[in-house]
Amino acid sequence: MIITQKKPIEEVMAMVGDAKTVAIVGCNSCATACQTGGQPQIDELTKVLEAAGKKVVATTICDYCCMNLGVKSKMKAINAANPDVVVCMSCGDGVQCVAKNANNKPVYPSNNTMYLGEAVRFGVWEESCRFCGQCVLGSTGAICPITQCAKSLVNGPCGGQKNGKCEVNPENPCAWIKIYERLNATGELDKLSKTREDKGYGDFAYPRTISLRGK
Amino acid sequence: MSILKEALESGKFGVTAEMAPPKGYDFAEQMEAAEVLKGKVHAVNVTDMQSACLKATGLGLCIKLKQAGVEPILQMTGRDRNRMALMGDALAAAGFGIDTMLALTGDHPVVGDCRDSKPVYDLDSVGILKMLTKMEETGCDCGGNEIAGGAPKFYKGASVTPLYDPMFLQVNKLRQKVEAGAMYIQTQGIFDLDVLKRFLEEVDKAGIKTHIMAGIIPLKGAGGAKYMNENVPGIAVPQEMIDKLAAAAAEGKEKGIKGLPAKLGMEMAAEMIAKIKDEKLCDGVHVMAIGAEKNVPTILDLAGVSV
Repeated sequence: MIITQKKPIEEVMAMVGDAKTVAIVGCNSCATACQTGGQPQIDELTKVLEAAGKKVVATTICDYCCMNLGVKSKMKAINAANPDVVVCMSCGDGVQCVAKNANNKPVYPSNNTMYLGEAVRFGVWEESCRFCGQCVLGSTGAICPITQCAKSLVNGPCGGQKNGKCEVNPENPCAWIKIYERLNATGELDKLSKTREDKGYGDFAYPRTISLRGK
Repeated sequence: MSILKEALESGKFGVTAEMAPPKGYDFAEQMEAAEVLKGKVHAVNVTDMQSACLKATGLGLCIKLKQAGVEPILQMTGRDRNRMALMGDALAAAGFGIDTMLALTGDHPVVGDCRDSKPVYDLDSVGILKMLTKMEETGCDCGGNEIAGGAPKFYKGASVTPLYDPMFLQVNKLRQKVEAGAMYIQTQGIFDLDVLKRFLEEVDKAGIKTHIMAGIIPLKGAGGAKYMNENVPGIAVPQEMIDKLAAAAAEGKEKGIKGLPAKLGMEMAAEMIAKIKDEKLCDGVHVMAIGAEKNVPTILDLAGVSV
């Protein structure tokens, strides 16, 4: 899931600025799980805005703020309330999608979008994928070196680990030692013998569009 | 032809030293050290912002050394430069007659002194070696475009950490470096010959054929040795050495003589070099004096090594 973190409230209030009426859009998927864009967070933000003398004229929660059609339908009620500004409590993708459907009203993010992560337990999310577009997990014991190695090394470790911990953050284990241990356990150490073919970054110029509809 | 290549391939005991560019633009200290090292070593590594601390770029010092008659080894890391910048540096280096390089991954910016710098790592050490090898083989740059006047050739090297757990990963990566075109290997600092021997056995077992130069770090005192043990990956100075350095410091204090630990450190380094050479453990040594380059000729004299 897309991991988000709340921006400092001062930053959100600075964006809202002198606006008198505000609408809030939450997101029922990742941001709800991250406790950054569900109903409790909408209620919390409403209180803060009202305490600052703003009027919250409408709120809604999209199933997915990143799905244009659903957002379009939910935004009807928001637009009908004609707020001065909209605060969107989703990831950066959702904010952009909501803004497209906000009748040219300013849309401001209440969150910072952090990474694609795994909920390892309630309230704890670990970064797990960096969307490199060239998935190597099949030969690395399903442990991502692009994400879990601070240097994204693909051909084995650097010399920087100390007692199995990464030089960049000593709380993190060296990804390559984890990969070695997993492949050793699965009997696949031979997968490390070949240098990975360098595919470069030529095909990864952004922004990209993937379509199942042909061109 | 690379002087280091000539030495190692003709079976001579290779000797290299190491130097860091200044944190500034006055190269006087480096040039003084260069004068002292001239004729005493086959070549001098020039570090590429070692420990991720900002210095003048290595290519600058390499050019200065070359002009002063000292053979430079251009260290190249993937930390700050993408493949275009690395290849551009390689071409510029070749234009100044620099023909020996060493590829490294590079310490991460957050461990250095400009921690807001964006880490690049477009290529790792293996990737840098592969790119240069392909350039030499095809005469083309990293985009497949022809290089005017043909590609330069480099004597390419890499590094290895003999004290590493699990050893499999170091040996596996070493093999990839050699397959990618590394023709000589410099090791992390060695303080225990048994560690070196165990590592060399693993290299042999893996069937890796290359020229290995043992890394030598002359110790300056017990405090520095302890610091390295705690902070530098792959370094383990035996307690016995630390005790001897501490005893030398105590003796110096008692007799009012300065520099006894550093003198002992030089003797220990020399003893290590002599053993490595006499027992034919490695094809050479790489002496990392960390700011005390002027001591390197003395250490080599003590070890009975000349180039």
